[in-house]
Amino acid sequence: MAENNRAVLKLKEKFASSIIDVVEFRGEVTVTVKKDSIIDVLMFLKQSLQYNLLTDLTAVDYLGKKEDRFMMVYQLYSIPNKDCVRIKTPVSEADCSIPTATQVWRTANWLERETYDLFGITFDQHPDLRRILMTDDWVGHPLRKDYPLQGPDREPYKGRLS
Amino acid sequence: MGVDNPLGENIITTSLDKLVNWSRKSSIWPMTFGLACCAIEMMATGASHNDLDRFGIIFRASPRQSDCIIIAGTVTKKMLPVIKTVYEQMPEPKWVVAMGACACSGGVFDTYSVVQGIDEALPVDVYIPGCPPRPEALLFGLLKLQDKIWNDKNSFGSAIGLGTRIDGATA
Repeated sequence: MAENNRAVLKLKEKFASSIIDVVEFRGEVTVTVKKDSIIDVLMFLKQSLQYNLLTDLTAVDYLGKKEDRFMMVYQLYSIPNKDCVRIKTPVSEADCSIPTATQVWRTANWLERETYDLFGITFDQHPDLRRILMTDDWVGHPLRKDYPLQGPDREPYKGRLS
Repeated sequence: MGVDNPLGENIITTSLDKLVNWSRKSSIWPMTFGLACCAIEMMATGASHNDLDRFGIIFRASPRQSDCIIIAGTVTKKMLPVIKTVYEQMPEPKWVVAMGACACSGGVFDTYSVVQGIDEALPVDVYIPGCPPRPEALLFGLLKLQDKIWNDKNSFGSAIGLGTRIDGATA
């Protein structure tokens, strides 16, 4: 039950005004928080609740489906307590930046570079925000939903009879 | 028997083309260069069961010692400059084999990051279909390359500035 999850209990206690949503699906707990308090939440989870491993950091593009286009996702794992929690925070297209999590976990460095490369979300205070997968001179961010699958310089595929 | 043997027992005569082409086709040295799952099949072809060595095909670890490059796998746009560099480092004459659907046409990867066939960048001599091609297919492709080299006309002469080379595929 999400209500009894140790992270959810503590977060509700400490960051009551920042929590947007708490969901449990098939035993996976997801907490959505406001962007302003994301670093405080992550820092608290690492230092006080021992979520010492950042398993993954990525984003989702909800183009045309949600008011705030992007959703940042942080997958956390606590090695001493052997449990997971997922933290999400919405990022709008107009203000497409978020504070870096490298100050909390150093692993975030390359994961944030990947997210910057593929989604175009900029990470404030990031030590080395360069592209990591695409070439340095690449234009655009390929995992955005409005990026053409076959690249901007090609006629899009319209089915095998086209 | 009516056939004169004016040069003695240990001398045979042939054309320069035949001699040069025979030695070239019998010692194709491909670059050790794999990109994806096709490279696994390429290694299998080189290993004992299929044994490329018996055709004189010996993988070399340096482009300076190679005269063939087998593009074995998906070529991404990020990888393309590397492949071009390796190709340019190979001495002439050199041949390119596009192994598998990805190297021939991009294959299933019809996306922004994948080169839609290595022939956009390099002059391909042999295309081998398959995903990945079995060792027999690669072997057949390399034998086709041998045929092509064998049918080359005046490739040695053109290299020393005499006349032009006639490609084995069109000859």
